[in-house]
Amino acid sequence: MKLFEYEAKEIAQQYDLPVPKGLVASNAQEAKEAFLKLNQPCMIKAQVLVAGRGKAGGIRPASSDEEASKVAESLLSMTIKGERVAKVLVEQKLASRHERYISIVVDRSSKCFTLLCSSEGGVDIEQVAANNPEKIIRHKIDPLIGLQEFESRFVAKKLGYSGKQMNQVSSIITKLYQITLDYDAELIESNPLIETENGELIAADLRILVDDNSLFRHPKFLERMKTFEPDMTPLEVKAREKGLAFVELDGEVGIIGNGAGLVMATLDMILDYKGKPANFCDVGGGASEERIASALEIVLANPKVKVLLINIMGGITRCDDVANAILDIQKRMGISKPMVIRLVGTNEEEGRKILAAANIPSLNTMEEAAAKAAELVSKVK
Amino acid sequence: MLQYGTKIVAGVTPGRGGGEVNGIPVYDAVEEAASRFDVSASIIFVPAPFAKDAVLEAISSGLSPVVVITEGIPVKDEIQIMEVARLKGITVIGPNTPGIITPNECKLGIMPAHIFKQGKVGLVSRSGTLTYEIAASLTAAGLGQSTCLGVGGDPVVGLSFVDVLEMFRKDPSTEAIAMIGEIGGNAEEMAAEYIKKTNYPKPIAAYVAGRAAPPGKRMGHAGAIIMGRSGTAETKIEALRDAGVRVALKPGEIARLLKSK
Repeated sequence: MKLFEYEAKEIAQQYDLPVPKGLVASNAQEAKEAFLKLNQPCMIKAQVLVAGRGKAGGIRPASSDEEASKVAESLLSMTIKGERVAKVLVEQKLASRHERYISIVVDRSSKCFTLLCSSEGGVDIEQVAANNPEKIIRHKIDPLIGLQEFESRFVAKKLGYSGKQMNQVSSIITKLYQITLDYDAELIESNPLIETENGELIAADLRILVDDNSLFRHPKFLERMKTFEPDMTPLEVKAREKGLAFVELDGEVGIIGNGAGLVMATLDMILDYKGKPANFCDVGGGASEERIASALEIVLANPKVKVLLINIMGGITRCDDVANAILDIQKRMGISKPMVIRLVGTNEEEGRKILAAANIPSLNTMEEAAAKAAELVSKVK
Repeated sequence: MLQYGTKIVAGVTPGRGGGEVNGIPVYDAVEEAASRFDVSASIIFVPAPFAKDAVLEAISSGLSPVVVITEGIPVKDEIQIMEVARLKGITVIGPNTPGIITPNECKLGIMPAHIFKQGKVGLVSRSGTLTYEIAASLTAAGLGQSTCLGVGGDPVVGLSFVDVLEMFRKDPSTEAIAMIGEIGGNAEEMAAEYIKKTNYPKPIAAYVAGRAAPPGKRMGHAGAIIMGRSGTAETKIEALRDAGVRVALKPGEIARLLKSK
């Protein structure tokens, strides 16, 4: 779950991690009032979860309250890469002498958190890693004792700081790690950490990505997820409420399967047969009739779907449950789109019998099903 | 698992000690079971919020391997589990895995046993049902499996592709390997490096799922996500091919690739 910049900075403030002075605004009037409170030249920053807002004109200066109001109004009417701007951050404008990159990420192959830093801040870190790998500092964090202060100082030194500044940066790094632990962050990133003309060290930008698997122990985030999830489509939000793994895409073949790998493989196969997947949908292992019915409803609710492909390789999942779910949905809301069903596994015979009785054919292999689905799309066109 | 012949001697569910399931005694703590029986391994189905505790308990009794079926464990918990396991020399399989099966010998997992057949192909996978799909096609092609192991779909897991490939390398019952990967992370790339470095002596065929996946979206598995430009199916396929691995573009193709060695 991605946090907005203003949310990340609010957390930082609780930890005394220096961030620019700023106030959130949801409309032009609030932006005007925020500017007046701050009483200095500001940057008005669109609060969106997509990357690249700078290039899209989502960050603009304001040197008067009138201007802040106008800029805010303009930003709040924008949609950046498909995401509507609902809030802006009115923040003091800071001139920077230096910009550095500091982040803490999950290092999958090392199985630990890793401090990833660079003296090249304010740019795309992946580019730095590609072009100047020697400028990347990597420091693994011991999973049991955590990040010690001397390690933070060590990295601060490597970044080029010394003396009092080394201590300040070290403290920032330590606090970033504390936040990582307390909030179950998968990623926390300050790009850039700046040194102002007064020599102050401030996290000018801050990004936090919270581990989705940890939300059960962060009730505030769970609440936030229910009311406001801008980087998910309405169908994706509904699917999550029903406990379904669902990603909306832009093709015409609706896909449902049991098992993430199997579903990904199904999407790939549709592509290979020159079709376009409309979505990814995994009902998971041992899905109940109810859950499968929800999946059908959600996938079919997408108007782009022309053909529905169901791929079930049942282990714990029972084929008769799947068949009954299909019939149930057909009875309740009708299924107007052609369906291609591949159904094998536990209770396969019963499942297929149930479908056959309702005149719904079912196939044996994934390849047949994908080929058929792709063929049907071209016919429906 | 019992039906398959796996020697399950006890179950542990805190609070349900004294009970019995399918003739197997249930205890409140792993230590109680470990002190009464000759136990060596553990399989864990505990829900995500309590899984770390359960895994650490199994580790503290020295059980190995610990197969963690549970999906949804926070990555911070996984990181701690793996470090403790490493320090104590314990093997963890998963989390978010269907488990491990050696056909005709033992099953520590949830896979449908009937699709597997004893043979010489080692199967290692990040997937669940996609593994069954490929196992079924291997069996149908007359290519039985020596052992099938799911490394799991999470970003931080116990045994990796490299670990399992190394085990298969030394395993006299395994003559060829089928590897099933997916988007996210660099496990396949690390496997490719290892295959090159060791001049891997047995033929490997692989399938990597997720060519159709968009960047930045989690495709079901916690570990199946393309971050920025890293972890795409294409880079994994390229790395594997570069290491001499035959890469299938359809799950069903793996059997054909292995047969034509």
